[in-house]
Amino acid sequence: MLQKDQKLHAHVLSDTPELVPIRNGFGEGLLQAARQDDRIVGLCADLLESTRMEAFAHEFPNRCIEVGVAEQNLASVASGMAAMGKIPFISSYAMFSPGRNWEQIRTTICYNDVPVKIAGSHAGISVGPDGGTHQAIEDLALMRVLPNMVVLSPCDVHEARKATIAAAQTSQPTYIRLARDKTPVITTEETPFAIGKASVLFAPESRTPEVGIIATGALVQSALIVAKELHAKGIPATVLNMSTVKPLDTAAIATLAAQAGAIVTVEEHQVFGGLGSAVAEYLAEHQPTPIAFVGVRDQFGQSGTPQELIAHYGMDVSAIHRAVASVLLRK
Amino acid sequence: MGNISDATVCTLEQRANLIRQSIITMLVEAGSGHTAGPLGMTDIFTYLFFHGLQHRPQEPTWPNRDRLILSNGHICPVLYATMAHAGYLPLEELQTLRKFGSRLQGHPHREFLPALETSSGPLGSGLSQAVGMAIADRIDRGTQSDRYFYCLLGDGELNEGQNWEAFMLGAKEKLHNLIAIIDRNNIQIDGFTENVMPLNDLRAKLASFNWHVQEVDGHNFEAIDDAINQAKAVFSMPSVIIAHTIPGKGVPFMERDYRWHGVPPGSGPEDVVVKQDQEHQALDALRTLGGKITCSDK
Repeated sequence: MLQKDQKLHAHVLSDTPELVPIRNGFGEGLLQAARQDDRIVGLCADLLESTRMEAFAHEFPNRCIEVGVAEQNLASVASGMAAMGKIPFISSYAMFSPGRNWEQIRTTICYNDVPVKIAGSHAGISVGPDGGTHQAIEDLALMRVLPNMVVLSPCDVHEARKATIAAAQTSQPTYIRLARDKTPVITTEETPFAIGKASVLFAPESRTPEVGIIATGALVQSALIVAKELHAKGIPATVLNMSTVKPLDTAAIATLAAQAGAIVTVEEHQVFGGLGSAVAEYLAEHQPTPIAFVGVRDQFGQSGTPQELIAHYGMDVSAIHRAVASVLLRK
Repeated sequence: MGNISDATVCTLEQRANLIRQSIITMLVEAGSGHTAGPLGMTDIFTYLFFHGLQHRPQEPTWPNRDRLILSNGHICPVLYATMAHAGYLPLEELQTLRKFGSRLQGHPHREFLPALETSSGPLGSGLSQAVGMAIADRIDRGTQSDRYFYCLLGDGELNEGQNWEAFMLGAKEKLHNLIAIIDRNNIQIDGFTENVMPLNDLRAKLASFNWHVQEVDGHNFEAIDDAINQAKAVFSMPSVIIAHTIPGKGVPFMERDYRWHGVPPGSGPEDVVVKQDQEHQALDALRTLGGKITCSDK
């Protein structure tokens, strides 16, 4: 059952959910945060509109720096501004930032431990027709491995807005992963959000779950559909929305693994190095539990519609069902 | 010329000589590190820390201080040694360079030594950070700010494309209080810069990026002072000073020899001076000004 305390969107499990791009939430959150804190500045690399920094730029022209198509400079200029007391948000496509400028992020942002916030838009394979060059499916791994870095992966527009506002209030380097495509709205304004806190969105009534599904980003709604369909088949399942990939909410994972005894991870990312790896690292060391991974299997993407690609690379509802079936056999 | 007195120049020269001696001894103790670049840039660093910078060594976080951003972090022995002579850290601490637990990391790390403005090592990122600092300064203090942002770069480092992204942005933003100083010593690890990757007409390149460009003898304090004052007088664009320096300056058997780029005395090439004598002969050369005077404490 959907968890009432999460105050989720009324149509989250309907056939026609409300669809809004996750990146819109970044734009709204940045504007709100900037109105409250004049230390916030924005830097963009020739993608002001599509990364949704436009409204901020319009309202705060003196606090918005256009660096041109130069993502390495983008990261290090932001580092310099942070050293002077600013809270810089940098935005580009995830493939270019943090894709192209990883070392600048490592050395000038994380090694210096300055509060630069990196918004990576167009993350995941659902970027679609632009093709494999533009589909960042390695970004969680790239950011998760860096000391000091916080990694956020909101599931919808509301969570992206809250994540952006929350990130603006911390002193840590932070990566915010954003999808391009219109994505089902799962949460509402009232849904609780905190960095580092996973939330149970769906859990069986009065029964112990037989499987725990840990999902992040745009695929959380698919995980909820799977849980609902499993419920109809008499298999109780719990869905954990892992909107922070680092620091990992290990208490929530431990509880779920203890209850369910089998875990499926779901992410629009390479299986190597992403959420699934993070969960597996924790469970392998502390609480060995059978686990199945839904994600891209060591391949590049290609052109297509988001739906075609999600299905082709094994991340749709039926793929999650297969992963559940396989992990249940290993309990 | 003429803003700086002869007495000041004399003091700076003597100070630079002591800093070079510190560089030699700390590198020998460390057993690894870069020698040529630090010796070549000692006069520039001495000028900045003992004359040019607005700063307070006893109050490293003084908000109104000028910022010095070292982009080519591998020449940090000269940064550490100059900071120590200026009072930022005890002189004895220089002997901890590159050792476990030391604040003096092999390449600068601000987390270890907070008096640094940034961490550096991987080349090509310093100018971007200096540009970011100067933009932040303009947001806070407007276009009349008299805080200056000095970025020190190597010439070999200019192979990194990121520098040119930063040169473009610095000019676009008309950062009048940003002064880049390029150590034009013509060497990098694999050889002479013009063989490894020719910079050709560097002055014309930089001018075409819309920076105010000057060239200066990097060992002449009057000329350095004049160039810095000139750079501060430019209000519509950032400034870059190409400082022509001699790598290994002050130690004749090291001067202009690119093989001294990345090794300390005691590990350098043996065809001129055998390894065991390199420290002694380097210090001797500095103390006697290359044999021109007799060293009193010899």
